Amino acid sequence: MFLYSSITRKVLMALAGLFLVTFLCVHLGINLMLLKNDGGRAFTEAATFMGTNALIKVFEIVLFAGFSLHIIFGLLVSGQNKGARPTSYAVNNSSDTSPFSKYMFHTGIIVFIFLALHFLDFYFIKIGLVAPPPGIAAHDFYNRTLLLFSTPWYSMLYIFCFIALGIHLNHAIQSAFQTLGWNHGKYMDAVKLLGSAYSFFIAAGFSLVPIFILFFRN
Amino acid sequence: MNFTLKIWRQKNVAVKGEMISYDVSGISPDSSFFEMLDTLNQKLIMTGGDPVAFDHDCREGICGTCSLYINGRPHGPVKGVTTCQLHMRSFADGETIHIEPWRAKAFPVIRDLIVDRSAFDKIIQAGGYVSVNTGGVPDANTIPVPKEKSEAAMDAAACIGCGACVAACSNAAAMLFIGAKVSHLALLPQGRVEAAKRVQKMVACMDELGFGNCSNTSACEADCPKGISVSNIARMNREFLGAKLFSEKEKVVRVSL
Amino acid sequence: MTRLNARIPEGPVASKWTDYKSSCKLVNPNNKRKLDIIVVGTGLAGASAAASLGELGYKVKVFCYQDSPRRAHSIAAQGGINAAKNYPNDGDSAFRLFYDTIKGGDYRAREANVYRLAQVSNQIIDLCVAQGVPFAREYGGLLANRSFGGAQVSRTFYARGQTGQQLLLGAYSALSRQIALGNVTLFNRRDVLDTVLVDGKARGIITRNLVTGEIERHAAHAVVLASGGYGNVFFLSTNAMGSNVTPAWSAYKKGAMFANPCFTQIHPTCIPVHGDTQSKLTLMSESLRNDGRIWVPRKLSDVEKLRNQSIKPSDIPEEDRDYYLERRYPAFGNLVPRDVASRAAKERCDAGFGVGSTGVAVFLDFADAIKRKGHDTIDALYGNLFQMYEQIVADNPYETPMMIYPAVHYTMGGLWVDYELMTTIPGLFAVGECNFSDHGANRLGASALMQGLADGYFVLPYTIGNYLAAEIHTPRFDTNASEFTLAAQGVADRLKQMKNSGGKESVDHYHRRLGKIMWEYCGMARNDAGLTEALYQITELRHEYVRGVRIPGGLDEYNPELEKACRVADFIELGELMVRDAQQRRESCGGHFRDEYQTSEGEALRNDDKFAYVAAWEYNGGEVAASLHREELQFNEIKLSQRSYK
Ligand SMILES: Cc1cc2nc3c(=O)[nH]c(=O)nc-3n(C[C@H](O)[C@H](O)[C@H](O)COP(=O)(O)OP(=O)(O)OC[C@H]3O[C@@H](n4cnc5c(N)ncnc54)[C@H](O)[C@@H]3O)c2cc1C
Ligand code: HEM
Ligand code: SF4
Ligand code: FES
Repeated sequence: MFLYSSITRKVLMALAGLFLVTFLCVHLGINLMLLKNDGGRAFTEAATFMGTNALIKVFEIVLFAGFSLHIIFGLLVSGQNKGARPTSYAVNNSSDTSPFSKYMFHTGIIVFIFLALHFLDFYFIKIGLVAPPPGIAAHDFYNRTLLLFSTPWYSMLYIFCFIALGIHLNHAIQSAFQTLGWNHGKYMDAVKLLGSAYSFFIAAGFSLVPIFILFFRN
Repeated sequence: MNFTLKIWRQKNVAVKGEMISYDVSGISPDSSFFEMLDTLNQKLIMTGGDPVAFDHDCREGICGTCSLYINGRPHGPVKGVTTCQLHMRSFADGETIHIEPWRAKAFPVIRDLIVDRSAFDKIIQAGGYVSVNTGGVPDANTIPVPKEKSEAAMDAAACIGCGACVAACSNAAAMLFIGAKVSHLALLPQGRVEAAKRVQKMVACMDELGFGNCSNTSACEADCPKGISVSNIARMNREFLGAKLFSEKEKVVRVSL
Repeated sequence: MTRLNARIPEGPVASKWTDYKSSCKLVNPNNKRKLDIIVVGTGLAGASAAASLGELGYKVKVFCYQDSPRRAHSIAAQGGINAAKNYPNDGDSAFRLFYDTIKGGDYRAREANVYRLAQVSNQIIDLCVAQGVPFAREYGGLLANRSFGGAQVSRTFYARGQTGQQLLLGAYSALSRQIALGNVTLFNRRDVLDTVLVDGKARGIITRNLVTGEIERHAAHAVVLASGGYGNVFFLSTNAMGSNVTPAWSAYKKGAMFANPCFTQIHPTCIPVHGDTQSKLTLMSESLRNDGRIWVPRKLSDVEKLRNQSIKPSDIPEEDRDYYLERRYPAFGNLVPRDVASRAAKERCDAGFGVGSTGVAVFLDFADAIKRKGHDTIDALYGNLFQMYEQIVADNPYETPMMIYPAVHYTMGGLWVDYELMTTIPGLFAVGECNFSDHGANRLGASALMQGLADGYFVLPYTIGNYLAAEIHTPRFDTNASEFTLAAQGVADRLKQMKNSGGKESVDHYHRRLGKIMWEYCGMARNDAGLTEALYQITELRHEYVRGVRIPGGLDEYNPELEKACRVADFIELGELMVRDAQQRRESCGGHFRDEYQTSEGEALRNDDKFAYVAAWEYNGGEVAASLHREELQFNEIKLSQRSYK
């Protein structure tokens, strides 16, 4: 698979990326249930469903593969891109393009670090790789989340990472359309607009949870 | 007008180069960027120095030979023009102007500001043509071509092969150049016939030559002197995917004589 | 005395080419593989020739000085390409195209060649479309045509303002395909500096690798020159900076005759010279004259005021403007042919009525057209040209008149060739602008592209076979043969000598001086006294050049000054020949205007009794003047008449 042509690699990345984009939507839906003032019932229900349903189990594997594919190709492609210009310019390029698009690798890495943290804090606990903090059961995501988000530095980090993800997606969604060849004069502006709106919605939506917990709970 | 120039000097492909500073004075705002460099070179020759080598030929924006990276932009600060069409009135009196060659692994520096762009020729050789021989073709009006298609093909065909897209791209990717050629031919019925084969061969060649991947930053489009649109890259991706997914394996047909 | 035999086939002009094709000798495919052909140049003529010869199975080596074959100066042609397709149903035919071309050339071209050109013109369009050239089309999907100067029919095919580029990319793609197939080998960034003869036949060339400086030898069974025009002898022209005469000149010095060198075309609508550092001139499409009105002030006092900017052009009232073309040629007005328009502009500027900071420019005014047709119509027609003008001059043509002045654009003269496009050296062919063949004393718009492609795609592949059929037993050549060694040594010595001349002035310094002399005395109007003066000045310049030029850098590295030095040395010699040619032609015809030979109204006056010939010059060594050979032109199909545009 490392022998794939540059376009094939990017297409696989884009497909995996778009898949992750849809997943984010689902994940956000569950997260937003935290905002419901019901002692975490809805949230826990949804989380349990996600944790036990057989179909979701399969989905989890696909998701994991999607992340791996996206990340591995992301690194590969970025490495190759660096190599394509061994001597850099004395004056950095100042073409008028979206500045975000040039930092996909950087925002990707931030998201990756976040993912690592996220796995450490939730998924690894769930599957028993890591011991849960004292007083919280391995499957009690609700209290675990509350605990984490009442730590200001953690919340800040969380929000920072989602701003990075928003930036990543702002370019990524329209870029994926372009990579897949879905570019049409009539619709491209709409795609760009929707992509930006969606990425804002994701970043804002995820950030809402810690903000809410920090400032409006208790 | 007076300028301070910081210019990349490099004797040949094998040695290291560096930025060197020069002053030029008494330049008319109406003179072109190259006429300004000509003035510098005349001065260097008269004082026993070594003139700065740069590529240029038509000096009217059509041959695609000129290739300077000026103050962080291929072909300089004015949109939609080549280096040879730049005039000094586009710069401020007393300005310091940085001049560098195109930078890409696939475009090694030959001397000073001159790079070797034969990689582009290789890509065209890989498949950027319609396989017809001289003679034996049908009358030109046999196949009608919708005007919009032929205009779109012409838009893509306007590429002058200068390489500014590669120079501008943060990944030194050649996708705009190749996308333009693939699109130009794929849009016309005459080029359609071997479109699937063409795009695969050209992309394979591009990868081999060490160009980067496309991150869809559109820096290429922003600095392309001919306004080639990135929609051509999308069209190439589409062509490529279609070809990869749906083209039949080529059969080897033996012709016995 | 004449050694010239044009070898025109017998029979009626309309069937000569068909008869020739069915009777010329052929080379069988197995033998083609054993025959090598060198093609110098990758413009329309060279690229089309190399590709077609490669397709036929010959082993071809192709050379250009640019980094890529696609950058040959054919790329710059804007207007279009003619063909006698008669798609618009306006009565065109091969005969009419032939007739217009001969008449446009002021009856100084060979009938048989021009007829053939008209005949193959249609095939060019067919082939180009098949290659994917995106010609302009109508809404119905069929090809569009437009009209161009010198014709009453619409026969010009075009691709926006980039016809030359698109045709060249077509030929370049065909060439690239042959390179990939291994039939053609490309040698880019090579300067062709000499032609090698073995036993009187052309057998190879000597090149300098422009990157490494290495002197290389290349051998072949035949050599084709397609190295373009020599307009740069004037220093300022619309040619590319690198356009040069060197390959053709080296052939001339080896015995190929050079025909009609003084026939140069000066294009009336170019952007004027802005100052002393100017390096080249830019053409504005001729189509501008369809709507623009050309004028200069009637009063010298207004000229003065314009120059010190106390008034604007629009401040000059109608009655104080001199629309000199409309005044002198009421029938054709601003649409007189190129040569006539150019000379009229010069006449006004010489009389002191020129405008602009240098006083050598005239106005091309669109104010009336904008009033009449509206801003939008004018924008649709000329928008991109106006933009280009504004980019260069920083004036907005919608608000203030454009300024234009004539500039050297095309050279009708070139290596003499016979009907088979072979020069007077056996095995040495010349195609495209570098031969003299089809345009007589003046070229019509849109016919150079046609000629280059006709030569390369459809004529040479036949005629070269007729020559090579006799060469199938000649083995490949050894480039260590003494002829090659001698030629390579000659080139190396010449370069060394130039490098070590120890002078003080740059190459450009001399080139500019040469250009001034040529423009002044051998440009739009010539006369005996001026030409004599030019001869004297050029000889002087030639001697100065040898001692005075300074070339920095080394021989064995990339060295643009060294490149230019050879080219300019050849231009100086060529300039001398042009002047001699202009002097011997004691008549005015087409682009060649002699002050002494004009009608009472100041129009060109031909002398068909004495000068209906091609002047072919034979080199006799540097210090002895070249000798003149005449190919008398026979006109059987067309009656000669005086052009009139009143
Ligand atoms: C601005 C402009 C506009 C024009 N517009 C039109 C038009 O609208 N219609 C029309 O019919 N004609 C037009 N013409 C004329 C026409 O473009 C040319 O006459 C024609 O293209 C010449 O083609 P060519 O193949 O003979 O030479 P070129 O295209 O000039 O090619 C010359 C080739 O020879 C090579 N060469 C030259 N010297 C050397 C050397 N020393 N060593 C190695 N290689 C060498 C070059 O690398 C190049 O590949 C125009 C010309 C100009 C300048
Ligand atoms: C939820 C997480 C993520 C989503 C939804 C996502 C989505 C996307 C999408 C849709 C693209 C556009 C693909 C294209 O240009 O065709 C993209 C590009 C990219 N992604 Fe991600 N991504 C995510 C996480 C990551 C991570 C963790 C990395 C780690 C390195 C990463 C690295 C990249 C890079 C480098 C690119 C740009 C590739 C290029 O065009 O050069 N992404 N991403
Ligand atoms: S796409 Fe634009 S920038 Fe790239 S080579 Fe073509 S003309 Fe130059
Ligand atoms: S020199 Fe030809 S495009 Fe600039």
